[in-house]
Amino acid sequence: MLAIKRFFKMLSKPAVHFSLGFLTIGGFVAGIIFWGAFNTALEATNTEAFCTSCHEMRNNVFEELKTTIHYSNRSGVRATCPDCHVPHNWTDKIARKMQASKEVWGKMFGTINTREKFEAKRLHLAQNEWTRLKANDSLECRNCHEFDSMDFTLQAERASKQHSTALASGDKTCIDCHKGIAHELPEMKGVEGYH
Amino acid sequence: MKKILLMSLCLLITGPAMAAKDAMKSLRAQSLEVQDPAQKLKNYPRENLNQPLSYIQQPPLIPHQIRGYQIDRKANKCLSCHSFKNFQRYDATKISVSHFLNRDSQALADVSPRRYFCLQCHVPQVKAKPLVENSFQPTAALKK
Ligand code: HEC
Ligand code: HEC
Ligand code: HEC
Ligand code: HEC
Repeated sequence: MLAIKRFFKMLSKPAVHFSLGFLTIGGFVAGIIFWGAFNTALEATNTEAFCTSCHEMRNNVFEELKTTIHYSNRSGVRATCPDCHVPHNWTDKIARKMQASKEVWGKMFGTINTREKFEAKRLHLAQNEWTRLKANDSLECRNCHEFDSMDFTLQAERASKQHSTALASGDKTCIDCHKGIAHELPEMKGVEGYH
Repeated sequence: MKKILLMSLCLLITGPAMAAKDAMKSLRAQSLEVQDPAQKLKNYPRENLNQPLSYIQQPPLIPHQIRGYQIDRKANKCLSCHSFKNFQRYDATKISVSHFLNRDSQALADVSPRRYFCLQCHVPQVKAKPLVENSFQPTAALKK
Protein backbone atom coordinates (compact mmCIF):
# COMPACT_ATOMS: atom_id res chain seq x y z
CA MET A 1 0.00 0.00 0.00
CA LEU A 2 2.71 2.35 1.04
CA ALA A 3 4.83 1.44 -1.96
CA ILE A 4 2.01 2.26 -4.33
CA LYS A 5 1.45 5.62 -2.63
CA ARG A 6 5.14 6.39 -2.92
CA PHE A 7 5.13 5.41 -6.56
CA PHE A 8 2.28 7.75 -7.37
CA LYS A 9 3.97 10.54 -5.49
CA MET A 10 7.05 9.99 -7.60
CA LEU A 11 5.00 10.07 -10.76
CA SER A 12 3.49 13.42 -9.87
CA LYS A 13 6.83 14.99 -9.04
CA PRO A 14 9.01 16.49 -11.71
CA ALA A 15 11.71 14.11 -12.90
CA VAL A 16 14.94 14.47 -11.01
CA HIS A 17 16.77 11.36 -12.15
CA PHE A 18 16.48 11.93 -15.90
CA SER A 19 17.62 14.95 -17.83
CA LEU A 20 15.14 16.88 -19.90
CA GLY A 21 17.12 16.02 -23.01
CA PHE A 22 16.85 12.31 -22.30
CA LEU A 23 13.13 12.58 -21.78
CA THR A 24 12.57 14.46 -24.99
CA ILE A 25 14.74 12.24 -27.16
CA GLY A 26 13.55 9.09 -25.38
CA GLY A 27 9.96 10.05 -25.86
CA PHE A 28 10.65 10.80 -29.47
CA VAL A 29 12.33 7.45 -30.07
CA ALA A 30 9.58 5.56 -28.26
CA GLY A 31 7.03 7.40 -30.37
CA ILE A 32 8.74 6.32 -33.54
CA ILE A 33 8.91 2.73 -32.37
CA PHE A 34 5.22 2.60 -31.46
CA TRP A 35 4.24 4.37 -34.65
CA GLY A 36 6.29 1.90 -36.64
CA ALA A 37 4.89 -1.10 -34.81
CA PHE A 38 1.36 0.15 -35.31
CA ASN A 39 2.04 0.73 -38.97
CA THR A 40 3.62 -2.68 -39.39
CA ALA A 41 0.65 -4.33 -37.74
CA LEU A 42 -1.66 -2.47 -40.08
CA GLU A 43 0.41 -3.46 -43.10
CA ALA A 44 0.30 -7.11 -42.04
CA THR A 45 -3.47 -7.04 -41.87
CA ASN A 46 -3.65 -5.24 -45.17
CA THR A 47 -2.82 -8.25 -47.31
CA GLU A 48 -4.89 -10.71 -49.23
CA ALA A 49 -3.28 -13.53 -47.25
CA PHE A 50 -4.70 -12.03 -44.08
CA CYS A 51 -8.15 -11.45 -45.51
CA THR A 52 -8.41 -14.97 -46.86
CA SER A 53 -7.20 -16.50 -43.61
CA CYS A 54 -10.87 -16.54 -42.66
CA HIS A 55 -12.98 -19.18 -44.30
CA GLU A 56 -15.90 -16.78 -44.77
CA MET A 57 -13.70 -14.71 -47.02
CA ARG A 58 -11.72 -17.58 -48.59
CA ASN A 59 -14.56 -19.94 -49.48
CA ASN A 60 -16.97 -17.34 -50.77
CA VAL A 61 -15.72 -14.03 -52.06
CA PHE A 62 -12.13 -15.12 -52.80
CA GLU A 63 -13.23 -18.15 -54.85
CA GLU A 64 -15.51 -15.90 -56.86
CA LEU A 65 -12.85 -13.26 -57.40
CA LYS A 66 -10.63 -15.88 -59.06
CA THR A 67 -12.82 -16.09 -62.14
CA THR A 68 -12.87 -12.34 -62.74
CA ILE A 69 -10.73 -9.92 -64.70
CA HIS A 70 -9.33 -8.48 -61.49
CA TYR A 71 -7.64 -11.78 -60.69
CA SER A 72 -6.30 -12.74 -64.08
CA ASN A 73 -6.17 -10.77 -67.31
CA ARG A 74 -4.06 -10.11 -70.37
CA SER A 75 -1.90 -7.43 -68.75
CA GLY A 76 -1.11 -9.39 -65.58
CA VAL A 77 -1.93 -6.53 -63.23
CA ARG A 78 -4.24 -7.64 -60.49
CA ALA A 79 -6.31 -6.18 -57.69
CA THR A 80 -6.18 -7.73 -54.23
CA CYS A 81 -8.81 -7.44 -51.48
CA PRO A 82 -7.26 -4.41 -49.77
CA ASP A 83 -6.96 -2.59 -53.11
CA CYS A 84 -10.73 -2.41 -53.29
CA HIS A 85 -11.73 -2.64 -49.67
CA VAL A 86 -9.33 -0.70 -47.47
CA PRO A 87 -8.69 2.90 -48.42
CA HIS A 88 -5.04 3.81 -48.90
CA ASN A 89 -5.59 7.10 -47.13
CA TRP A 90 -4.17 6.88 -43.59
CA THR A 91 -7.09 8.31 -41.61
CA ASP A 92 -9.67 6.39 -43.60
CA LYS A 93 -7.55 3.33 -42.90
CA ILE A 94 -7.93 3.63 -39.12
CA ALA A 95 -11.63 4.19 -39.44
CA ARG A 96 -11.95 1.06 -41.57
CA LYS A 97 -9.91 -0.99 -39.09
CA MET A 98 -12.17 0.06 -36.25
CA GLN A 99 -15.15 -1.11 -38.25
CA ALA A 100 -13.34 -4.33 -39.15
CA SER A 101 -13.16 -5.29 -35.47
CA LYS A 102 -16.78 -6.31 -35.69
CA GLU A 103 -15.80 -8.88 -38.32
CA VAL A 104 -13.51 -10.57 -35.80
CA TRP A 105 -16.51 -10.67 -33.51
CA GLY A 106 -18.56 -12.35 -36.23
CA LYS A 107 -15.80 -14.89 -36.73
CA MET A 108 -15.49 -15.72 -33.04
CA PHE A 109 -19.16 -16.31 -32.62
CA GLY A 110 -19.44 -18.19 -35.89
CA THR A 111 -22.27 -16.15 -37.32
CA ILE A 112 -21.37 -16.95 -40.92
CA ASN A 113 -20.00 -20.48 -41.05
CA THR A 114 -21.78 -21.91 -44.10
CA ARG A 115 -22.32 -20.85 -47.69
CA GLU A 116 -26.05 -20.55 -47.02
CA LYS A 117 -25.51 -18.21 -44.09
CA PHE A 118 -23.14 -16.16 -46.19
CA GLU A 119 -25.67 -15.94 -49.02
CA ALA A 120 -28.33 -14.89 -46.54
CA LYS A 121 -26.14 -11.99 -45.38
CA ARG A 122 -24.69 -11.09 -48.75
CA LEU A 123 -27.18 -8.39 -49.70
CA HIS A 124 -26.58 -6.66 -46.39
CA LEU A 125 -22.78 -6.87 -46.71
CA ALA A 126 -22.82 -5.79 -50.35
CA GLN A 127 -25.02 -2.83 -49.51
CA ASN A 128 -22.49 -1.68 -46.93
CA GLU A 129 -19.82 -1.74 -49.63
CA TRP A 130 -21.98 0.03 -52.21
CA THR A 131 -22.83 2.76 -49.73
CA ARG A 132 -19.17 3.20 -48.86
CA LEU A 133 -18.03 3.35 -52.50
CA LYS A 134 -20.85 5.66 -53.42
CA ALA A 135 -19.93 7.98 -50.56
CA ASN A 136 -16.24 8.16 -51.51
CA ASP A 137 -16.98 8.43 -55.26
CA SER A 138 -15.47 4.98 -55.87
CA LEU A 139 -12.12 6.07 -54.51
CA GLU A 140 -10.60 2.57 -54.58
CA CYS A 141 -11.55 2.00 -58.20
CA ARG A 142 -10.09 5.35 -59.12
CA ASN A 143 -6.80 4.54 -57.39
CA CYS A 144 -6.16 2.29 -60.37
CA HIS A 145 -8.61 3.44 -63.03
CA GLU A 146 -7.98 7.12 -63.45
CA PHE A 147 -10.76 8.91 -65.27
CA ASP A 148 -8.34 11.43 -66.80
CA SER A 149 -6.29 8.61 -68.29
CA MET A 150 -9.21 6.85 -69.94
CA ASP A 151 -9.04 7.02 -73.72
CA PHE A 152 -12.66 6.79 -74.80
CA THR A 153 -11.66 6.14 -78.40
CA LEU A 154 -10.07 2.88 -77.32
CA GLN A 155 -13.06 1.76 -75.28
CA ALA A 156 -15.97 -0.29 -76.48
CA GLU A 157 -18.84 1.84 -77.72
CA ARG A 158 -21.11 0.97 -74.80
CA ALA A 159 -18.35 1.94 -72.40
CA SER A 160 -17.32 5.23 -73.97
CA LYS A 161 -20.95 6.28 -74.31
CA GLN A 162 -21.53 5.97 -70.57
CA HIS A 163 -18.12 7.16 -69.43
CA SER A 164 -18.19 10.33 -71.52
CA THR A 165 -21.64 11.27 -70.26
CA ALA A 166 -22.93 10.05 -66.91
CA LEU A 167 -19.47 9.41 -65.47
CA ALA A 168 -17.84 12.56 -66.86
CA SER A 169 -20.60 14.79 -65.51
CA GLY A 170 -20.29 13.27 -62.05
CA ASP A 171 -23.88 12.12 -62.23
CA LYS A 172 -22.84 8.52 -61.61
CA THR A 173 -19.82 6.86 -60.13
CA CYS A 174 -18.14 3.52 -60.98
CA ILE A 175 -20.06 1.44 -58.47
CA ASP A 176 -23.43 2.67 -59.80
CA CYS A 177 -22.82 0.83 -63.05
CA HIS A 178 -20.22 -1.79 -62.13
CA LYS A 179 -21.73 -3.81 -59.31
CA GLY A 180 -20.65 -7.42 -59.07
CA ILE A 181 -17.35 -7.01 -60.92
CA ALA A 182 -15.42 -8.95 -58.28
CA HIS A 183 -17.90 -11.30 -56.62
CA GLU A 184 -21.26 -12.90 -57.24
CA LEU A 185 -24.17 -10.55 -56.85
CA PRO A 186 -26.72 -10.95 -54.07
CA GLU A 187 -30.46 -11.05 -54.75
CA MET A 188 -30.81 -7.88 -56.83
CA LYS A 189 -34.54 -7.45 -56.84
CA GLY A 190 -35.24 -3.82 -56.06
CA VAL A 191 -31.62 -2.71 -56.21
CA GLU A 192 -31.32 0.44 -58.30
CA GLY A 193 -30.37 -0.16 -61.89
CA TYR A 194 -31.37 -3.80 -61.72
CA HIS A 195 -34.38 -5.62 -62.86
CA MET B 1 -28.92 -72.56 -79.61
CA LYS B 2 -29.86 -69.31 -77.91
CA LYS B 3 -26.23 -68.18 -78.01
CA ILE B 4 -25.91 -68.80 -81.73
CA LEU B 5 -29.13 -66.95 -82.39
CA LEU B 6 -27.93 -63.99 -80.37
CA MET B 7 -24.57 -63.92 -82.11
CA SER B 8 -26.05 -63.98 -85.58
CA LEU B 9 -28.41 -61.22 -84.56
CA CYS B 10 -25.45 -59.13 -83.47
CA LEU B 11 -23.71 -59.76 -86.79
CA LEU B 12 -26.84 -58.82 -88.68
CA ILE B 13 -26.99 -55.48 -86.90
CA THR B 14 -23.32 -54.52 -86.90
CA GLY B 15 -22.49 -55.99 -90.33
CA PRO B 16 -23.77 -53.14 -92.50
CA ALA B 17 -22.29 -50.56 -90.16
CA MET B 18 -18.86 -52.17 -90.48
CA ALA B 19 -19.14 -52.18 -94.26
CA ALA B 20 -20.03 -48.50 -94.33
CA LYS B 21 -17.08 -47.56 -92.16
CA ASP B 22 -14.79 -46.64 -95.05
CA ALA B 23 -17.37 -44.46 -96.71
CA MET B 24 -18.13 -42.49 -93.58
CA LYS B 25 -16.10 -39.37 -92.85
CA SER B 26 -16.26 -37.61 -89.54
CA LEU B 27 -15.28 -34.05 -88.66
CA ARG B 28 -12.28 -35.49 -86.89
CA ALA B 29 -9.34 -35.36 -89.26
CA GLN B 30 -7.54 -38.36 -87.88
CA SER B 31 -8.41 -41.79 -86.66
CA LEU B 32 -10.11 -42.21 -83.33
CA GLU B 33 -7.00 -43.39 -81.54
CA VAL B 34 -4.96 -40.30 -82.39
CA GLN B 35 -5.43 -37.15 -80.40
CA ASP B 36 -6.18 -34.18 -82.65
CA PRO B 37 -3.94 -31.17 -82.13
CA ALA B 38 -5.69 -28.62 -79.93
CA GLN B 39 -7.55 -25.87 -81.77
CA LYS B 40 -6.35 -22.34 -81.21
CA LEU B 41 -8.52 -20.60 -78.63
CA LYS B 42 -10.77 -17.97 -80.11
CA ASN B 43 -11.42 -14.70 -78.34
CA TYR B 44 -14.79 -13.05 -78.37
CA PRO B 45 -14.38 -9.58 -79.87
CA ARG B 46 -15.23 -6.78 -77.46
CA GLU B 47 -17.69 -5.53 -80.01
CA ASN B 48 -19.25 -7.11 -83.05
CA LEU B 49 -21.90 -4.66 -84.17
CA ASN B 50 -24.34 -4.88 -87.07
CA GLN B 51 -24.46 -8.61 -87.53
CA PRO B 52 -27.15 -9.42 -90.10
CA LEU B 53 -30.05 -11.69 -89.25
CA SER B 54 -29.91 -14.90 -91.24
CA TYR B 55 -33.52 -15.96 -91.07
CA ILE B 56 -36.92 -14.72 -90.03
CA GLN B 57 -37.48 -14.77 -86.26
CA GLN B 58 -33.84 -15.41 -85.56
CA PRO B 59 -32.92 -14.35 -82.05
CA PRO B 60 -30.44 -11.52 -82.71
CA LEU B 61 -26.80 -12.25 -81.91
CA ILE B 62 -25.21 -10.47 -78.99
CA PRO B 63 -23.00 -7.75 -80.49
CA HIS B 64 -20.71 -7.30 -77.48
CA GLN B 65 -18.65 -9.17 -74.94
CA ILE B 66 -20.52 -10.65 -71.99
CA ARG B 67 -17.65 -11.94 -69.92
CA GLY B 68 -18.61 -12.34 -66.29
CA TYR B 69 -22.23 -11.32 -66.77
CA GLN B 70 -24.36 -12.95 -64.09
CA ILE B 71 -27.70 -14.42 -65.15
CA ASP B 72 -29.29 -16.49 -62.45
CA ARG B 73 -32.12 -16.46 -59.95
CA LYS B 74 -30.55 -13.61 -58.03
CA ALA B 75 -29.52 -11.22 -60.79
CA ASN B 76 -29.85 -10.69 -64.52
CA LYS B 77 -27.14 -8.44 -65.87
CA CYS B 78 -28.67 -8.34 -69.37
CA LEU B 79 -31.91 -6.88 -68.04
CA SER B 80 -29.98 -4.21 -66.17
CA CYS B 81 -29.64 -2.57 -69.60
CA HIS B 82 -32.23 -4.19 -71.87
CA SER B 83 -35.34 -4.18 -69.66
CA PHE B 84 -38.24 -1.83 -70.32
CA LYS B 85 -37.23 0.02 -67.20
CA ASN B 86 -33.60 0.61 -68.16
CA PHE B 87 -33.15 0.48 -71.93
CA GLN B 88 -33.52 4.23 -72.51
CA ARG B 89 -31.03 5.09 -69.82
CA TYR B 90 -28.36 3.01 -71.60
CA ASP B 91 -29.51 3.51 -75.16
CA ALA B 92 -29.79 -0.27 -75.39
CA THR B 93 -32.11 -2.42 -77.49
CA LYS B 94 -35.39 -2.96 -75.69
CA ILE B 95 -36.41 -6.52 -74.87
CA SER B 96 -39.24 -7.58 -77.18
CA VAL B 97 -42.81 -7.73 -75.84
CA SER B 98 -42.92 -11.30 -77.09
CA HIS B 99 -40.77 -12.08 -74.05
CA PHE B 100 -43.64 -11.18 -71.76
CA LEU B 101 -45.89 -13.93 -73.06
CA ASN B 102 -46.15 -17.17 -71.22
CA ARG B 103 -46.62 -20.42 -73.10
CA ASP B 104 -50.38 -19.90 -73.22
CA SER B 105 -49.77 -16.56 -74.94
CA GLN B 106 -50.99 -14.61 -71.95
CA ALA B 107 -49.14 -11.35 -71.45
CA LEU B 108 -47.42 -11.09 -68.07
CA ALA B 109 -46.42 -7.92 -66.26
CA ASP B 110 -42.76 -8.84 -66.52
CA VAL B 111 -40.37 -11.05 -68.47
CA SER B 112 -41.77 -14.55 -68.68
CA PRO B 113 -39.75 -17.22 -66.85
CA ARG B 114 -39.29 -19.12 -70.11
CA ARG B 115 -37.49 -16.10 -71.58
CA TYR B 116 -35.51 -15.16 -68.49
CA PHE B 117 -32.31 -17.02 -69.34
CA CYS B 118 -31.16 -14.87 -72.25
CA LEU B 119 -28.28 -17.10 -73.34
CA GLN B 120 -30.61 -19.95 -74.24
CA CYS B 121 -31.38 -18.09 -77.47
CA HIS B 122 -28.96 -15.20 -77.77
CA VAL B 123 -25.24 -15.81 -78.15
CA PRO B 124 -22.16 -13.77 -79.03
CA GLN B 125 -20.12 -14.80 -82.07
CA VAL B 126 -16.46 -15.34 -82.75
CA LYS B 127 -14.92 -15.07 -86.18
CA ALA B 128 -14.32 -18.69 -87.05
CA LYS B 129 -14.17 -20.73 -90.22
CA PRO B 130 -17.18 -23.05 -90.34
CA LEU B 131 -16.18 -26.67 -89.74
CA VAL B 132 -18.36 -27.93 -92.57
CA GLU B 133 -19.54 -26.26 -95.71
CA ASN B 134 -23.04 -24.91 -95.46
CA SER B 135 -25.50 -24.26 -98.26
CA PHE B 136 -27.91 -22.27 -96.10
CA GLN B 137 -29.35 -19.17 -97.78
CA PRO B 138 -30.11 -16.11 -95.65
CA THR B 139 -33.56 -14.50 -95.54
CA ALA B 140 -32.95 -12.31 -98.58
CA ALA B 141 -32.95 -15.41 -100.79
CA LEU B 142 -36.69 -15.76 -100.19
CA LYS B 143 -37.37 -12.67 -102.29
CA LYS B 144 -35.76 -14.10 -105.41
C1 HEC C 1 -11.53 -12.84 -38.71
C2 HEC C 1 -11.96 -13.35 -40.01
C3 HEC C 1 -11.99 -12.30 -41.12
C4 HEC C 1 -10.89 -11.67 -41.67
C5 HEC C 1 -9.42 -11.86 -41.34
C6 HEC C 1 -11.41 -10.75 -42.66
N1 HEC C 1 -12.78 -10.84 -42.70
FE1 HEC C 1 -14.02 -9.69 -43.83
N2 HEC C 1 -15.64 -10.45 -42.92
C7 HEC C 1 -15.62 -11.48 -41.98
C8 HEC C 1 -16.96 -11.69 -41.49
C9 HEC C 1 -17.38 -12.73 -40.44
C10 HEC C 1 -17.80 -10.72 -42.13
C11 HEC C 1 -19.29 -10.46 -41.91
C12 HEC C 1 -19.41 -9.42 -40.82
C13 HEC C 1 -20.83 -9.06 -40.47
O1 HEC C 1 -21.65 -9.96 -40.31
O2 HEC C 1 -21.09 -7.86 -40.34
C14 HEC C 1 -16.93 -9.98 -43.03
C15 HEC C 1 -17.37 -8.95 -43.86
C16 HEC C 1 -16.57 -8.31 -44.79
C17 HEC C 1 -17.02 -7.32 -45.74
C18 HEC C 1 -18.44 -6.79 -45.86
C19 HEC C 1 -18.44 -5.32 -45.58
C20 HEC C 1 -19.38 -4.81 -44.52
O3 HEC C 1 -19.14 -3.63 -44.11
O4 HEC C 1 -20.31 -5.48 -44.09
C21 HEC C 1 -15.94 -6.95 -46.48
C22 HEC C 1 -15.90 -5.95 -47.61
C23 HEC C 1 -14.81 -7.68 -45.98
N3 HEC C 1 -15.21 -8.49 -44.96
C24 HEC C 1 -13.52 -7.57 -46.48
C25 HEC C 1 -12.40 -8.04 -45.83
C26 HEC C 1 -11.05 -7.66 -46.19
C27 HEC C 1 -10.65 -6.73 -47.31
C28 HEC C 1 -10.23 -8.31 -45.31
C29 HEC C 1 -8.67 -8.18 -45.24
C30 HEC C 1 -8.17 -6.81 -45.00
C31 HEC C 1 -11.06 -9.10 -44.42
N4 HEC C 1 -12.38 -8.90 -44.77
C32 HEC C 1 -10.59 -9.92 -43.43
C33 HEC C 1 -14.49 -12.18 -41.57
C34 HEC C 1 -13.18 -11.78 -41.80
C1 HEC D 1 -5.37 -2.72 -58.20
C2 HEC D 1 -5.91 -1.95 -59.31
C3 HEC D 1 -7.41 -2.02 -59.58
C4 HEC D 1 -8.45 -1.66 -58.75
C5 HEC D 1 -8.38 -1.18 -57.31
C6 HEC D 1 -9.65 -1.82 -59.53
N1 HEC D 1 -9.35 -2.27 -60.80
FE1 HEC D 1 -10.66 -2.61 -62.30
N2 HEC D 1 -9.17 -3.37 -63.45
C7 HEC D 1 -7.84 -3.41 -63.10
C8 HEC D 1 -7.12 -4.12 -64.11
C9 HEC D 1 -5.62 -4.38 -64.12
C10 HEC D 1 -8.06 -4.52 -65.10
C11 HEC D 1 -7.82 -5.32 -66.37
C12 HEC D 1 -7.20 -4.53 -67.46
C13 HEC D 1 -7.08 -5.38 -68.70
O1 HEC D 1 -6.15 -6.18 -68.76
O2 HEC D 1 -7.93 -5.24 -69.56
C14 HEC D 1 -9.35 -4.01 -64.65
C15 HEC D 1 -10.52 -4.15 -65.37
C16 HEC D 1 -11.72 -3.56 -65.01
C17 HEC D 1 -12.93 -3.55 -65.82
C18 HEC D 1 -13.07 -4.12 -67.21
C19 HEC D 1 -13.82 -5.42 -67.18
C20 HEC D 1 -13.82 -6.16 -68.50
O3 HEC D 1 -14.38 -7.25 -68.51
O4 HEC D 1 -13.26 -5.66 -69.48
C21 HEC D 1 -13.89 -2.88 -65.10
C22 HEC D 1 -15.32 -2.61 -65.53
C23 HEC D 1 -13.29 -2.49 -63.84
N3 HEC D 1 -11.98 -2.92 -63.83
C24 HEC D 1 -13.96 -1.81 -62.85
C25 HEC D 1 -13.44 -1.59 -61.58
C26 HEC D 1 -14.21 -1.07 -60.47
C27 HEC D 1 -15.68 -0.69 -60.53
C28 HEC D 1 -13.37 -1.01 -59.40
C29 HEC D 1 -13.70 -0.54 -57.97
C30 HEC D 1 -14.67 -1.34 -57.23
C31 HEC D 1 -12.05 -1.47 -59.84
N4 HEC D 1 -12.16 -1.82 -61.17
C32 HEC D 1 -10.92 -1.51 -59.06
C33 HEC D 1 -7.29 -2.87 -61.95
C34 HEC D 1 -7.99 -2.42 -60.86
C1 HEC E 1 -23.13 5.31 -66.28
C2 HEC E 1 -22.62 3.99 -66.13
C3 HEC E 1 -21.12 3.80 -65.95
C4 HEC E 1 -20.28 4.43 -65.06
C5 HEC E 1 -20.65 5.51 -64.04
C6 HEC E 1 -18.98 3.82 -65.21
N1 HEC E 1 -19.02 2.87 -66.19
FE1 HEC E 1 -17.48 1.72 -66.82
N2 HEC E 1 -18.66 0.87 -68.23
C7 HEC E 1 -20.02 1.09 -68.38
C8 HEC E 1 -20.54 0.25 -69.44
C9 HEC E 1 -21.98 0.18 -69.90
C10 HEC E 1 -19.43 -0.50 -69.93
C11 HEC E 1 -19.43 -1.55 -71.04
C12 HEC E 1 -20.11 -2.79 -70.59
C13 HEC E 1 -19.40 -3.60 -69.60
O1 HEC E 1 -18.17 -3.71 -69.64
O2 HEC E 1 -20.08 -4.20 -68.74
C14 HEC E 1 -18.27 -0.09 -69.14
C15 HEC E 1 -17.00 -0.58 -69.33
C16 HEC E 1 -15.92 -0.28 -68.52
C17 HEC E 1 -14.59 -0.79 -68.69
C18 HEC E 1 -14.14 -1.69 -69.84
C19 HEC E 1 -13.83 -0.81 -71.02
C20 HEC E 1 -13.90 -1.49 -72.34
O3 HEC E 1 -13.69 -0.81 -73.35
O4 HEC E 1 -14.19 -2.68 -72.38
C21 HEC E 1 -13.82 -0.30 -67.68
C22 HEC E 1 -12.34 -0.55 -67.43
C23 HEC E 1 -14.67 0.55 -66.87
N3 HEC E 1 -15.94 0.54 -67.42
C24 HEC E 1 -14.26 1.20 -65.74
C25 HEC E 1 -15.02 2.16 -65.09
C26 HEC E 1 -14.53 2.94 -63.97
C27 HEC E 1 -13.17 2.80 -63.33
C28 HEC E 1 -15.53 3.79 -63.62
C29 HEC E 1 -15.48 4.89 -62.54
C30 HEC E 1 -14.37 5.85 -62.65
C31 HEC E 1 -16.66 3.52 -64.49
N4 HEC E 1 -16.31 2.53 -65.37
C32 HEC E 1 -17.89 4.16 -64.44
C33 HEC E 1 -20.79 1.98 -67.67
C34 HEC E 1 -20.31 2.81 -66.67
C1 HEC F 1 -11.94 -5.06 -58.02
C2 HEC F 1 -12.36 -4.70 -56.70
C3 HEC F 1 -12.55 -5.81 -55.65
C4 HEC F 1 -11.66 -6.75 -55.25
C5 HEC F 1 -10.26 -7.04 -55.79
C6 HEC F 1 -12.28 -7.45 -54.15
N1 HEC F 1 -13.55 -6.94 -53.92
FE1 HEC F 1 -14.84 -7.52 -52.47
N2 HEC F 1 -16.28 -6.29 -53.23
C7 HEC F 1 -16.08 -5.39 -54.26
C8 HEC F 1 -17.33 -4.69 -54.52
C9 HEC F 1 -17.54 -3.64 -55.58
C10 HEC F 1 -18.28 -5.21 -53.60
C11 HEC F 1 -19.76 -4.79 -53.44
C12 HEC F 1 -20.67 -5.91 -53.90
C13 HEC F 1 -20.62 -6.14 -55.39
O1 HEC F 1 -20.81 -5.20 -56.16
O2 HEC F 1 -20.40 -7.31 -55.78
C14 HEC F 1 -17.58 -6.20 -52.80
C15 HEC F 1 -18.17 -6.94 -51.79
C16 HEC F 1 -17.47 -7.74 -50.90
C17 HEC F 1 -18.03 -8.41 -49.75
C18 HEC F 1 -19.49 -8.34 -49.31
C19 HEC F 1 -20.24 -9.56 -49.79
C20 HEC F 1 -20.57 -9.55 -51.26
O3 HEC F 1 -20.32 -10.56 -51.94
O4 HEC F 1 -21.07 -8.55 -51.76
C21 HEC F 1 -17.01 -9.08 -49.15
C22 HEC F 1 -17.11 -9.94 -47.90
C23 HEC F 1 -15.81 -8.86 -49.93
N3 HEC F 1 -16.12 -8.04 -50.98
C24 HEC F 1 -14.57 -9.37 -49.61
C25 HEC F 1 -13.48 -9.38 -50.49
C26 HEC F 1 -12.28 -10.16 -50.29
C27 HEC F 1 -11.97 -11.04 -49.10
C28 HEC F 1 -11.47 -9.94 -51.37
C29 HEC F 1 -10.12 -10.58 -51.71
C30 HEC F 1 -10.13 -12.02 -51.84
C31 HEC F 1 -12.17 -8.99 -52.24
N4 HEC F 1 -13.38 -8.69 -51.66
C32 HEC F 1 -11.68 -8.48 -53.43
C33 HEC F 1 -14.91 -5.16 -54.94
C34 HEC F 1 -13.75 -5.93 -54.82
